[in-house]
Amino acid sequence: MLIYISTIIFAAAIALFFWSCYRRFRLLTLGRPEPKNRFNDIGKRIGGVLYYAFGQRCTVSHGYRFGWNHLVLFWSFMILLIANTEFLLEGLFPDSISFSLLPPGVYHPLAVLIEIASVLALLAVCIAVIRRLAFPPSYMEARSVDAFIILSLIALLMLAFFGLHASEIAQGTEKAANFMPVSNFVASAFFSDVPAGSLNGYIDAFWWLHAIVLLVFLNYLPYSKHMHILTGIPNVYLRSLTKVNTQPGEDFKKGNEFGVGRIDQFTWKNLTDSYSCTECGRCSDNCPATITGKMLNPRLVIHNMKINLLVNGPGIMKNKETVLPLIKGGIEGSVAEQVLWDCTTCGACMEVCPVFIEHVVEIVDMRRNLVEMKAKVPEELIALFENIEQRSNPWGIAPGDRTKWTADLDVKPFETGKTEYLFYVGCFGSFDARSKKVSQAISKILNASGISWGILGKEELCCGDSMRRLGNEFVFDRMTLENIRMFKEKGIKKVITQCPHCYNTFKNDYRQYGVELEVVHHTDLIYDMIKSGKLNLDVNDAKDFGNLVFHDSCYLGRYNGIYEAPRNVIASVTGRAPIEMERRKDRSFCCGAGGGRMWMEEDTGNLINVERVKEAMKKDPKTICVCCPYCMTMFEDGIKGIKADDKVQVLDLAEIVSRALK
Amino acid sequence: MLIVTCVKQVPDTTQVKVDPVTGTLIREGVPFIINPFDTYALEESLRLKEKYGFRVAVISMGPPNTEVTLRKALSLGADEVILLSDRAFGGADTLATSMVLAEAIKKLGKKDEVAMVICGRQTIDGDTAQVGPGIATRLGYSQLTLVDHIENVDLNAKKIRVRRRLEGRHELVEAPLPAMIAVLREINRPRYPTVPMRIFAQDAPVILWNNKEMGLREDTIGLKGSATQVRKIFSPHREKGEIIGDGVKDPQASARLLVERLKEKNILIL
Ligand code: SF4
Ligand code: SF4
Repeated sequence: MLIYISTIIFAAAIALFFWSCYRRFRLLTLGRPEPKNRFNDIGKRIGGVLYYAFGQRCTVSHGYRFGWNHLVLFWSFMILLIANTEFLLEGLFPDSISFSLLPPGVYHPLAVLIEIASVLALLAVCIAVIRRLAFPPSYMEARSVDAFIILSLIALLMLAFFGLHASEIAQGTEKAANFMPVSNFVASAFFSDVPAGSLNGYIDAFWWLHAIVLLVFLNYLPYSKHMHILTGIPNVYLRSLTKVNTQPGEDFKKGNEFGVGRIDQFTWKNLTDSYSCTECGRCSDNCPATITGKMLNPRLVIHNMKINLLVNGPGIMKNKETVLPLIKGGIEGSVAEQVLWDCTTCGACMEVCPVFIEHVVEIVDMRRNLVEMKAKVPEELIALFENIEQRSNPWGIAPGDRTKWTADLDVKPFETGKTEYLFYVGCFGSFDARSKKVSQAISKILNASGISWGILGKEELCCGDSMRRLGNEFVFDRMTLENIRMFKEKGIKKVITQCPHCYNTFKNDYRQYGVELEVVHHTDLIYDMIKSGKLNLDVNDAKDFGNLVFHDSCYLGRYNGIYEAPRNVIASVTGRAPIEMERRKDRSFCCGAGGGRMWMEEDTGNLINVERVKEAMKKDPKTICVCCPYCMTMFEDGIKGIKADDKVQVLDLAEIVSRALK
Repeated sequence: MLIVTCVKQVPDTTQVKVDPVTGTLIREGVPFIINPFDTYALEESLRLKEKYGFRVAVISMGPPNTEVTLRKALSLGADEVILLSDRAFGGADTLATSMVLAEAIKKLGKKDEVAMVICGRQTIDGDTAQVGPGIATRLGYSQLTLVDHIENVDLNAKKIRVRRRLEGRHELVEAPLPAMIAVLREINRPRYPTVPMRIFAQDAPVILWNNKEMGLREDTIGLKGSATQVRKIFSPHREKGEIIGDGVKDPQASARLLVERLKEKNILIL
């Protein structure tokens, strides 16, 4: 009789689990189709799953001490998954499925493995609890009830496991007793005095405890943050295979809606992202906005997307109706406008996320809704949009002034068929007083190298980077088409850029329009020139530059993987490797200007650039080397902000090189 | 009830250069923009539409490419746009321009009662600030210039209360409708168009009224109807003044010197 009851309970609990999963996962189908191919290159995807998920690459790297604990828990879980599947099947089909029916050669090693995994899991859970109580992570939810419930369930499960096996060993019914050291120990410590007659009662009790905990755990999963146990690995599989996670374009047809203002306007992959978040907090720990006290917290953005889907999903399924606005804020499940504007699109969050969540793409998608559907943008952006649209530069300066920086330098216009490289100066390089000097330095280097190059001069147009990051895709699209038309007309194939943002836009964003430009940023170009001996440098013993600290800009580093070229250039010009800041390379800390933040007020929290300048100042530099006009501006402002402008200078890599030209 | 907004498409004056040899304006390649002041007029009309339920008609006199500016008005929310374009209208000064615009407003008034005409304070190419007042005079409307705030519109009593910004003071004025209101930049912050509206505006109708439609006497419009004639365009010769004091080493002293000099010349009265 009892056997039937257990079978029924097991069947019901398992059915309930699948039902819950079905209810949750079918909401993912509400999403729009995904423009990126998420199923191509199966080999690479599986490789990624092995490396990132099974190898727990992102959990253990990046200096997260407790990542190892997760690695242990993850692997114990994988092994216990087998054990517990057996337990469930045994519960459903008593006496017909059991490991003990396997040949001893298989059963015995398996028994050892499961024992070890259980002990490790128990230890890992204890460490996790102690960590949450004694050294809490930076955010509150890590200590949430949710976390403790799950941890106690796992602990209970392990205790029941040992209790069950120990009592079986004491009774002498466990065939693999010799292969269960821990259970054996428990048996001798706790069950040696128990009269044989009552052992059966213990076995039953532990079996039921194990069964109930397991079934509760199973059914709790889909409702907790531990849903990532189900979606994390698939999400790693579905990740974007190209390193730069370029924002997909939009189709400007009548009747279309643009951007994401409702949860079902996200793609199904974005929605899967929201289900996969482990709430580990790595993204927000590295987010310049969160760190400096802005409203934005990337972890919460993803969390709110998930809550919004859970709240609105059923209504949308039924009659397309929503009750909780996606963009509004002030309540769980809704994202405030300010949060969206706070993002610098630095990509630090995506770099560290263990399950490859694509925060930036999702944030920009929501910005698009504000800009394109509601025209609801911070006031300073309206002027920016009008300026860029009307005069193709952020300040609305007359395009005729684009060539003023050339003054009396030897700078020639790009000539179709004759000139090889276009030096695309960019808006900063053309108009900004400080960056004009960098343009001049670059042209000196280009002339010294003897390559054939020219500029577009007054015809040069803005690349559109800020427009795209700010969500003004409509105007970005027009600007791109116009630039591509001009590039084609003039036969431009090779482009040198001074600004990493122009570089990234031409290289990655314009590629979506089917153009393959050979784009090179001046750091890479200069490095190549030095390697091939095209530049005659007076290798300085670095006395002019003193302690030189190097800052990685997001769009060169994280976005395009250029880390070594600038360092090598510095080493060959100054004879010394640059001094590194604590946060560098893929963990570099944004200057605060990307993603259109350059054009907006920063009136909450601390200033991002000051935070970064302070970090650099710890290394007592005389020179801070940057490779980006935004970084240049932010650093110079930040240095003035902390009144250190008499101690330290900010130079672009090109200026350092041009000073060393013979 | 209708609000008629008058806009003008102008060359982007920041991009107009003077030919150093002939002294004339180089218009070639200079992009056209909506007269910046008129964007405030349009915005104010749209706000009144949202508040009181007016319809907004935008009219513009100019060459056929003015359509671009009118489409922009449509994308921002104008209900109807009318292009007044005819060779016979060309070469008009403010007198002849206000003639065509006033007649167009009358024509619109036949379909729907006009409550107000809203204009920008002036254009950036002509800079005369006369067209708005010209329209008001021709139509016999209340004339409210230099408005930086519309306080209230009373549709029952047919009255409007506005604030005018004069030198160093404000003036609150109540006037009967219909009224012509010329607005300052300070009155509002123009909105940004949404993408669906832009897409809609791409092929929404732009109504064309030429002189066949308008039927105006040739000697009242265009060059012939103009009371002023352009003789010559040149950029004023600027003489370089003297440099007084040493602003780098002693800015305070040179500032004092400057104040003294301005007082001497009666430019500054303290
Ligand atoms: S891109 Fe940078 S600023 Fe934006 S959420 Fe991610 S870490 Fe924060
Ligand atoms: S989004 Fe990624 S990094 Fe951020 S909390 Fe979730 S899993 Fe962690």
